[in-house]
Amino acid sequence: MSDFISRGFRGRRQTGEVSARLPPGQYLERGFPVLSAGPTPHTPLDKWDFSVVGSVEAPKRWTWDEFRALPRESVTADIHCVTKWSKFDTHWEGVSVDTLLGEVVSEADYVAAFSDGGYTTNLPREHVTDGKAWVVYLYEGEPIPPEHGGPARLLVPHLYFWKSAKWVRGLRLMDEDEPGFWETLGYHNLGDPWKEQRYTGD
Amino acid sequence: MMESRLDGNAAGGILGAIFPFDMTTAIATCAGCGLTDPIGAFMAYVSAIGTVVRCPRCDNALMRLTNVRGHYWMDTRGMRMLRISEGR
Amino acid sequence: MEGTALHRRLIWQLGEVVSTRTETARARSLTLAMPEWPGHQSGQHVDVRLTAADGYRAERSYSIASPPEDAPNVTVTVERLENGEVSPYLVDEVQTGDRVELRGPIGGYFVWEARLGGPLFLVGGGSGIVPLMAMLRHRRAARSAVPTRLLYSARSQDEVIYRHELEDLTHGDEMLQVIYTLTRQQPPGWTGYHRRIDTDLLGEAAWPAQDYARAYICGPTPFVETAAASLVALGYPPARIKTERFGPTGGG
Repeated sequence: MSDFISRGFRGRRQTGEVSARLPPGQYLERGFPVLSAGPTPHTPLDKWDFSVVGSVEAPKRWTWDEFRALPRESVTADIHCVTKWSKFDTHWEGVSVDTLLGEVVSEADYVAAFSDGGYTTNLPREHVTDGKAWVVYLYEGEPIPPEHGGPARLLVPHLYFWKSAKWVRGLRLMDEDEPGFWETLGYHNLGDPWKEQRYTGD
Repeated sequence: MMESRLDGNAAGGILGAIFPFDMTTAIATCAGCGLTDPIGAFMAYVSAIGTVVRCPRCDNALMRLTNVRGHYWMDTRGMRMLRISEGR
Repeated sequence: MEGTALHRRLIWQLGEVVSTRTETARARSLTLAMPEWPGHQSGQHVDVRLTAADGYRAERSYSIASPPEDAPNVTVTVERLENGEVSPYLVDEVQTGDRVELRGPIGGYFVWEARLGGPLFLVGGGSGIVPLMAMLRHRRAARSAVPTRLLYSARSQDEVIYRHELEDLTHGDEMLQVIYTLTRQQPPGWTGYHRRIDTDLLGEAAWPAQDYARAYICGPTPFVETAAASLVALGYPPARIKTERFGPTGGG
């Protein structure tokens, strides 16, 4: 049965000269698919906050206004979903995770991002520092739509996009790694698309 | 694209591949709020990355399912009880 | 039929397309011969899986349009979605003789069979008519006289799927009534509803709550949620309302 091919089926994919820019097994997508694990949260901005907690000397918290006052960076990046679509040159603006972690003192090696609705994802601290990760609130110059993770989401473009947690509300510093929502269900603990680390054991 | 909340029936495909009986009529109890109903009456979020069955009342995830490299992974910590009829 | 229901895991089966039928400009029915089909109930669906030559796969769910009496042939009606990945292939590319991989039948919760009785209130939006049509086809095959109302919302008369068959079903069957609402465009002289469903419209179309009707609602998610909330507001017990949301755009 795994040998069956649907005559003439190609899907929406495009290939060609862009393929050198695509990680192994990925296809270029024109749209911006929405994959959901739960209902879209609608936290009002006057109730929203962002926290850095866990294995820190003192936790840090920002309200929406305080968060928006932090130094803002522009990021243009290709993004790669583990379900095989990639999108080039997505443009975001937000706060570098370096800025956020710079406000706490911690020796912890691991980070978990946590979101409204209960989603979590885990990352080694070195994969969200040195200019590799942001908490963004603008996409293509506009506030991120709720279905794409607004008001704010994590952006870690060098890893598969399930690590870029939508509706992010904070980072928890951890001394021990703790797999998150999809990592406990067979997805790779790190998720480097260039090494095609999609699933546990890859 | 808006809300991608579907009915529990939508999880019937992956559940039917795992269980040799119709899970959409099995009665589940939410560990979050105690809601007890056939799985068909719960909510399903289905995408290529995985399927999540949630409580329509408290949004708790009863079941999280993926199909990865020849295995099905299933986390049911959010489901306190499952009642399946002998008949069908 | 009941005894053969699912006591085995669902597996992917290959069916052969034995006939196709263009229903509207965007919708086509495919009838597949399924050699290992265990039978099904009206309201159930199948998962369809397409595989490209390089191994790329896409999967979508489609409601079964045919009644259980047609088994082992199974008909699905697919509506082409703009930017869809699977539906354009099924509507525009698949030919008689092609094989299609599918898994089913799925979902014993959203089903109706004649022995369940009624009255029956079926509410369909766009391609949400498909599983409801399986119910109506079964109702006819079973020679059921269950009092039935179908409220069908479509954008225009041209987009009404199964229009002539629905006319045929109602002719000579006083116990079946079809009520349309055509939301974008109406033919000249149209005296029927011409707006999106709301509580008032449902209040006029639905069986009164005290009739204790069984309601089945199918279509795009916002449509289903509006209809279900309206029926609850009209006094229908939630347990008498079954829903099949097709997602934000109604399919794939």
